[in-house]
This record gives sequence, C-alpha cells and structure tokens, in this order.
Amino acid sequence: MALGLDVAPDLDVASRLELRRITKRYGGLTANDAVSLSVAPGEIHAVLGENGAGKSTLMKIIYGAIQPDEGEIFWEGENVVMSSPAVARRLGVSMVYQHFSLFETVSVVENIVLTSPGRFNLPALAMRIKELGERYGLPVDPYRLLHHLSVGERQRVEILRCLLQSPKLLILDEPTSVLTPPAARRLFEVLRTLAAAGCSIVYISHKLEEIRDLCDNATVLRAGKVVSTARPKEVSAADLARMMVGTAIAAVARAVAPPDPEQAPRLEVRRLSTSSEGPFGVTLRDIGLSVHGGEIVGIAGVSGNGQRELLAVLNGEIPCAQEAVLLSGEPVGHLGVAERRRRGLAFAPEERLGRGAVPDLTLEENGLLTGHRRGAVRGGLIDRGTTTLFAQNIIEQFDVHCRGPAATAASLSGGNLQKFIVGREIGLAPAVLIVSQPTWGVDVAAAAFLRQRLIDLSRHGAAVLVISEDLEELLEICDRIAVLYQGRLSAAMPRHATDIEQIGLLMAGVGLSAEAAA
Amino acid sequence: MLRIELEPRATASHFMRWGAPLLALLLTVLVIAPILALAGLPPLETLRIFFLSPLSSLNGLSEWLLKASPLILIALGLTVGFRANVWNIGAEGMYTIGAICAGWLALRYGDAGAHFWLLPAMMLAGALGGAAWAAIPAFLKTTANTSEILVSLMLNYVAALLLSYLVNGPMQDPQGLNYPQTALFEPSAMFSTPFAGLRINASMFITLVAVPLAWLLLERSFLGFQLSVSGAAPAAARYAGFSQTRLTWISLSISGATAGLAGMMEAAGPLGQLTPVISPGYGFAAIIVAFIGRLRPVGVVFGGLLLSLLYLGGEAVQMSLNVPASLSRCVQGTLLFFLLAGDVLILYRLRLRSP
Repeated sequence: MALGLDVAPDLDVASRLELRRITKRYGGLTANDAVSLSVAPGEIHAVLGENGAGKSTLMKIIYGAIQPDEGEIFWEGENVVMSSPAVARRLGVSMVYQHFSLFETVSVVENIVLTSPGRFNLPALAMRIKELGERYGLPVDPYRLLHHLSVGERQRVEILRCLLQSPKLLILDEPTSVLTPPAARRLFEVLRTLAAAGCSIVYISHKLEEIRDLCDNATVLRAGKVVSTARPKEVSAADLARMMVGTAIAAVARAVAPPDPEQAPRLEVRRLSTSSEGPFGVTLRDIGLSVHGGEIVGIAGVSGNGQRELLAVLNGEIPCAQEAVLLSGEPVGHLGVAERRRRGLAFAPEERLGRGAVPDLTLEENGLLTGHRRGAVRGGLIDRGTTTLFAQNIIEQFDVHCRGPAATAASLSGGNLQKFIVGREIGLAPAVLIVSQPTWGVDVAAAAFLRQRLIDLSRHGAAVLVISEDLEELLEICDRIAVLYQGRLSAAMPRHATDIEQIGLLMAGVGLSAEAAA
Repeated sequence: MLRIELEPRATASHFMRWGAPLLALLLTVLVIAPILALAGLPPLETLRIFFLSPLSSLNGLSEWLLKASPLILIALGLTVGFRANVWNIGAEGMYTIGAICAGWLALRYGDAGAHFWLLPAMMLAGALGGAAWAAIPAFLKTTANTSEILVSLMLNYVAALLLSYLVNGPMQDPQGLNYPQTALFEPSAMFSTPFAGLRINASMFITLVAVPLAWLLLERSFLGFQLSVSGAAPAAARYAGFSQTRLTWISLSISGATAGLAGMMEAAGPLGQLTPVISPGYGFAAIIVAFIGRLRPVGVVFGGLLLSLLYLGGEAVQMSLNVPASLSRCVQGTLLFFLLAGDVLILYRLRLRSP
C-alpha cells in the first residue's frame, strides 16, 4: 500500500502538512487506519472517498476538533499536537464547512467579526474584506445582511472569513454542492489563485470531474485506509471511481422507453402560489407541472430557490388551494399528509435524520413511520412480525449495511440510511414518488444503485418527481427537466432537447421571463 | 492533566440499566455518610431508618403503597405527554380539580344512603375534571401556540385558590365550626379499607390496572409510536402526517385524567373530605417519578415506590432521630440527583484520557 510519502510534489520546500499513520477508533469501528498523507505549499490535494470512508474524521483531526489515537502530525517539518481548533488556527489551518455557520439577521462584516481575533473595529474589518475580496475575485458588500445573499455569496463570506486569517492550509468540504456550474468555475479560479500564492488546499469531494480539473494530487480513502494515491489529471474519472469503490460502476440502464404521456398525469400542479413563511422563506409563484405514470421529471436548481417550500406543499405539510395540486386527477391541495399518502403519494425528503427517519428509533420503527398502512397496525396495536419483515425486506432489497432491523437509524452511514428511506418509500408501491436529493452525500456505488431503482419504479408505471442540485444526475435519469429559480418553475424540457449549459444558465436566472429575472 | 470524557456507546448498555441505580445508591451513601457524621448523627443507623424502617411494619408498608399509588398513576399520565414533548407541569392543579369534582358528587349524593354507582361516578367525575382542566392548555397550545408549560403551571395556582374558596365558602361543612373544610364523606363515597387498622384501600386497583394499560399504549400501540416520534423528531412526525394537534390533545387529556383520578383517590381514600391542602406535592413529585422511571411504565412503578419511600424515610428520621427536615431533604435530593445523572451511563461510557 502506498503511504502517501512518495507523492510529495517536486517543490523545493518540504511538506506543509504531513500526517503519519493517523489512527482513530470509535468503539469497535476504525474510522482512520494508519492514514498518511502529505501536502506541499501551494498544492491542491484531493481527499477522495465514499461516505463513511473516514474523510470527515481525518479533516477534524487536522483541524484539531478531535484527537487521533495514534500517529503523528507534522506542520512545516515540526511534530505538533493539534489539541484544539484554536491551536490549528494559530498555525494557519482554516476550514470551510459544507454547511455554513452564519447568522441570517446580521451583516457580512458582523458575521466575520465574531470569529476574528483582535480588536472590535467594524469599519477597518469591512475595508479588509473589500480588499481581500477584490484581490481574490470574491466580491461581497460587507454591509449587506446575510439573508439577502445567495448561497454562492454566503460561501464567499465563509471563504473570506478564512482568508482573513491568512491561512497556510485551507480545507474545503464539498464546496461545490451548493453552487451552479458557472459559480463553481469561479470558485476554482479563486482556489488556483490562492494556491499560486502558496496556500495549500485540501479539497474534499466526490465529484470526480472536479477533482480532475482542479487538484494536483489525490489520496483515496476506503474504509478508513489509504488505498491509493494518484495524480487526478493523469487518470480517468472511471479510474478514480474504481479506486474509491473497489469495483467498476455500472451505468444506469433504461429497460423501456417511457409510456405514452397522452394519459392523464398522476401528479399535476396548477398555478400554485404561496406566501412565504417568515422573512427567510421563498414565495412560490404560479408553478405549473405535470408528471405522468412511467416518467421521471426532474427539478433542477440551487437550493434555497423554493425547493423546501415546494416539497412541503406537495407532501401536504403546508396547505394550499384545493385545485392547485392534483393526484390522479383529483384535487388534493386542501388535504393533509396522511390523506395524500392514502391516495398513493410517497415522499423521501433530503433531511434523513430527523425528518425522513427518527435517529434514536430502530429501522423497524422507522419503517413503520410511513409503512404503517401496510397491515403493520391492527386494532391500534403494532404487529411486530409484519414490521420486522417490512424492514428486513428493505434491508435485503436495497442492500442496506446495518446490524439488522433492530439497529437505530443514527447508527447507519448517510448513504445506507438514504437507501433505507428511499427503499421504504419505493416499498410502499406508490403511484407518485417525490424524492429530494436522492443521492446527496451518497457514495458512487450506492448513488448508481438508487438511480437505477428510481428508473425501475417509473418504468413499472409510477410517476417520479426528483428534485436535485446534481445536474449530471438529473440528466442521467430524468425524461424531462424543469428549473426552479426564485420560486418560479421553468417549463419542463425533454432531456434530449437540453444540456448542462442551458440548465446551468436557467439555474442562475438567465433566460427565464424578464419579469422573473428582474 | 487527566481528562474525563463521555464517549457514546455503540449500543445501550444493558448492565448499566440496572447498574446505574445501584451506583447512584452507593454514591449517595458515600456523599451523605460524612454529612450525617458532621451533623453528629450515626450515619449507618440514620440511613437504615431512612430506607428500611418504613418497610419493616405492616402499617409502614400500607403507608408506602398508599403514597406510591397516586404518584405512579399521575406519572404514568405525564409520561404519555413527556414522550411527545408535551410538558404538562399542571398535574397538581388537575389533581385538585379532580378531587373537587369527585368531592362535590360525594357531598351531593353521599348522605342519601348507599348508592352502588356513587364511587364509579366519582371516579369518572375526577378523571373528567382533570381532563377538562388539562383542556385549557391544550386548547391554547393548539389554537394560539401558547406554551403548555407556562399555562399548565399557572393553572396550578388557580386550582389551589379555587379549592381554598370552595372549602371556605360554598362547600364548607355547615357543622364544621367554620373550619375551612367540607363535611366528611359518607362510607358509600369512600374506598373500602380491607385491612383493619391500615389506611390502604381499594383504590390501589386503579393504579394496578393503569400500569398495564399504559404499557400497552406506550410500548405496543401505534398511538404510542406516534407520540414518541412526535417527541423525538417533530419534523419526522409532520413528514409522516401525524397530527400534532391531535397528539397534543390526546396526551394532555390522558395526563389530566390520571391526575384528576389520583385526586379523587386521595379525597375518597385517606382524606375523606376536602381541605385547603389536599396534596403533599404529588403533581410535582410525579414529574420526577416519570423521569426516574425513564419515561417507561414499569420504570415509573419503581420510581413511584422509591419516591414514596423517600417521603416516609424522611419523616421517620425526623421523628426518631430528630434529624432536621433540611437534612432529610438533602438525602432525598442527593439520591435523585445521582439517579438522574447516572442514567447517562446507559448510553455513554466514561473514559479517562491523558493528553
């Protein structure tokens, strides 16, 4: 096995960060098993791996948030102990998290001053933010309130917050998951500029094309171990995927073409408008959409453009006008979740823990959450046998890795829990299935598997609506694709009549009606 | 420096489910013994009288169960709500209203000879009265999104003042020499006491029936499942279509009914009349019982028995050793503290770590 020591790039300085045989165990589980890697000044280093491969644990160790059980960390040649994030920051390590930690109600500069050391001087800090932003192509008005910023702009704020500390090593965790393709390209420019100035970058992602585009070196983790190191620019995406998963990934297969869309749609949305809930919500405006049995319709868009609101309305959690939502031709806008489910609607939300599943309950009980209509409740009492069987079937058919039906939802990795939740909803044999971010944070193999199951379900006659930020995913599985932007939905375009560029523009608000773009 | 860390266990520890309470008892003895010694009391003798003497006589056992019964019944009802994050802090008031409703029936119909239906009617009146009192926070929460904690808590004082008004006015015993109390209930309005000389009475069976019913509801029924989901993950309950309004009404009604029934049991049992103060704080103590019982019906039985023992033991040491009341409270508090804190060891383990 390669130890990573042999991949240090040929720069004249020694490595900025070097990990030697870092091991971290949680109970019986080894999250990191003798992981070694080294990052040179100015190097952009990818850490690649499936969910649960140990990437996050490794990053937290570098950032001092957790302590390794064994192994050593060398910073610019010196053996150091990252005993806390404060120590790591003092050495020059900064981290941009996947989920931002910003306050909505105050301005950019007020958000940043909270984490800046030194004296409290807003005007001076605002000047520095402007300067840095201009130097690195990250323009942000320091006095704007956070809730007015788009997701891409918020990420800029996070990055600027890191840059203010003049980091020598910047860690980014799946940074493009919230960006449109053009915004992602701009981010890469910034990162290249930073690297050219000598800052080392550790880049965590599972998007292989991005890594090939951006990174100098890659360390591939699998089950906590370094299985391989590579120069991403010199190998194909398929090679990287194989290193990460251990086997080749099958492309999705469409058994038959979608049936005739002449029949009445299973799910129809007509002139749906809502008023926003509170100041940070999105108002849905005049949304129209239809999904027929046998087809998959995708809704693309950067999150925060009304996805949450639309899903809540479709699932029945937020009531709307009776005629605005129709299931199999019947108006259901006024009906709640339970009644819509009784009529054949199923829904897998993007929030797995806490919404799609209850963390502390077992898989058996989580199967019951929406599966209780399938004979598992008799005379008001739960039939344990049926419940166990239902969970057991999902576990087997969707290859959920767990300790059996009695395992708690929280004990599963994100990908396995996602397989369980989507499996549960598919197992209900729905007439209409709505899925949000079906493969968000799911490893490559599981993602391919889930996509195939969605296609299979639709080809057996169900209407499937997929809301996703992952454009490649939508282009791979959907028959038609629409784009949600600031609460408005574009017309659904047949997959063959569109491409990633056109959708990317729509996602950024270009090309919608003049009124919408205003 | 040595650091103590709490590390999550992969699975809940079965050993600690039973070990934690024993550990709590041991730690209580270790902490309390020096304090008792400092106060000039023989530590072991004091603890023996505290924990064992109440159980060493028939009368002690009778008093023990008599106190435990309403505590368990109220705590069972509260557990239903606590599972669903519906925090009914108003059991004391619901208990009071239940006793008032039952007492009114007892005084109105008690004198006209033996009615076989009177006691069941009083039970119904107690339960309905408590549930009606609980309907106030339920209505306000589901329509105006008020906090049931504050509303139910404040209603305790309203109920207490209402009782005080009634026993000083409309319900006062005309032959009572102007004491603030009602007339004594007739035997037909009271639970029978099967053992001569002991106060323990037939109301014990109500609690005995309530325990398996609560177990069935919480551990086996779909309604209990919905309550748990709604408490553990409200977003998941909304997603699955469990009505929060319905669950709030159900859990507050059940906890109100059990508290009201407990009030009726006390009035038609050891009290036999209504006085300005009819509860030694059962409604509040039951909150502790529910948590000592880890929000499980069988646990609540143990919790109720323990808290009842602590009441009796506290009185016993005050009487026989002249231990100050504050010191007996100290023993009670220490044990409850270690019991509740010890439960963390079921899901976590302690690790000593040198950096």
